[in-house]
Amino acid sequence: MWKLLQIELFKIFRKPRTYISFGAIAAIIILIQLGLKFDGRSYLELLMGDISASFEVPYDKVLNGYFVAFVILNALLIHVPLLVALVAGDSVAGEANMGTLRLLITKPITRTQLLLVKYAATVIYTVMLLAWMAILALLMSILFFGTNDILIARNDVMEQIEKADILWRYMAAFGFAAVALSTVAALAFLLSVFADNSIGPIVATMCIVIVFTILSELKIPMYDKTVKPYLFTSHMLAWKGFFYSRMGPDNSVIRGSIENLPAIGRSFWILIGYIVAFLGTAIISFKRKDILS
Amino acid sequence: MMKNISLTKLIFLVVAFLPGRPVEAQDADALIQKLRSKMETVKSYEADGVMKTTVTYLKVPEAKVKLYFKRPDKLKIRNENGISLVPKSILGISIQNIFSGQYTALFSGYDSNGLRILKLIPKDENSDIALSTLYVDESNLLIRKAKITTKENGTYELEMTYGKYASYALPDKLICSFNLKDYKLPKGVTFDYDDGSKKQTPLIQSAKGQVEIRYTSYLINKPIPDNMF
Repeated sequence: MWKLLQIELFKIFRKPRTYISFGAIAAIIILIQLGLKFDGRSYLELLMGDISASFEVPYDKVLNGYFVAFVILNALLIHVPLLVALVAGDSVAGEANMGTLRLLITKPITRTQLLLVKYAATVIYTVMLLAWMAILALLMSILFFGTNDILIARNDVMEQIEKADILWRYMAAFGFAAVALSTVAALAFLLSVFADNSIGPIVATMCIVIVFTILSELKIPMYDKTVKPYLFTSHMLAWKGFFYSRMGPDNSVIRGSIENLPAIGRSFWILIGYIVAFLGTAIISFKRKDILS
Repeated sequence: MMKNISLTKLIFLVVAFLPGRPVEAQDADALIQKLRSKMETVKSYEADGVMKTTVTYLKVPEAKVKLYFKRPDKLKIRNENGISLVPKSILGISIQNIFSGQYTALFSGYDSNGLRILKLIPKDENSDIALSTLYVDESNLLIRKAKITTKENGTYELEMTYGKYASYALPDKLICSFNLKDYKLPKGVTFDYDDGSKKQTPLIQSAKGQVEIRYTSYLINKPIPDNMF
């Protein structure tokens, strides 16, 4: 199995398209960092508009590495699923397209093992993409902007977390994001099983993610209680929950606390459920499939 | 007719020389003078304190802050180790400079705690402050409470608790309540995570905010450079 995994990883990292994602992420992050370095104050003024009417805002301190990393993650984690789909959607359909799938299943391993190894390789790619994002977004931002407390803008409240209380939240958020992106990878993987060309599952995954994200964010009452709680895209945003703190009875923020840990846990298990469902369906379908290519 | 004019003059003279109001005004001025003299023993200070902010739309931790004051009206609050959002009202209105400018002072009785109520009306028409109401502890020459009504920014309330530094009229604890403007983010900026729960917001659910500063130490009359402000 380990040998097979190595082969699958070799296949992924041999293709130039794999590096498009790493390049795109680097480009976006550097562009955001440059933009904020030279005109971060304008962005902050837009964000802090109503607060600055009543409070003196130390903009030079607010614009720090932790804040910049959060802005980058907020912007990117909506779009990274599309980059994950590039590789996951190609995983099985790419083999079918090249005519190597039939040859692959003649090897002395079960179809289930083959799919599990392929999915594991996709997850490793996803985690590497996240690690790359963490290095660029967090470490480089800390290097360029320094560290300080972070201000998180929510729809109805502005949260402040002290700098000594931030790093573990990022680690937890990246861990959660890995699960969230693995869900998208599982979806693309499932669609890949049904296609003989990788373009189809990649585009279909992108469309599903875009439609679901729009439904998650539209705030239409009819969907809010019926559809939204079951969309995996609603739960993919739960990484942000690690940046929301609880308040004590004396109205002050409790250091090291999480506002609603059970909700994050629920989102985590819903995403795991989606992964199992997508992967299970993919395996069942693949086992029954008459492979002709 | 002659008789009527004489009667009018007589009433005017009696009212003009009645002892009550002018003496009260003099008393008010004298009390202010005493309060002012006591406060003016402090030319500047550097203080350490802990600031707690209670605002409906802010979730911020308590912060250790340094406060710098220099006469006549310079005040700066700094958080050396992090970020503190300081209400502009606190910086604009300090109890140390409450007597700056020209004003008319009037007594307005006593409150339930036996504090003398003193009203100050600025003479300068361009002053943002419309009326200041002070609650004065006459025996200790301390302002315990102040309500400041402004033309543009609503009403501020200051409440002071004194301790070690009462002889300098410097409080150990200051609570400032102030008016707030609405908070609304531009749509689509946040992509907030909706966990389906009821949002946890501070206990004060009104258009008022509150800042509490607990002073831990003062360095009184320490020279403070202007570039600090």
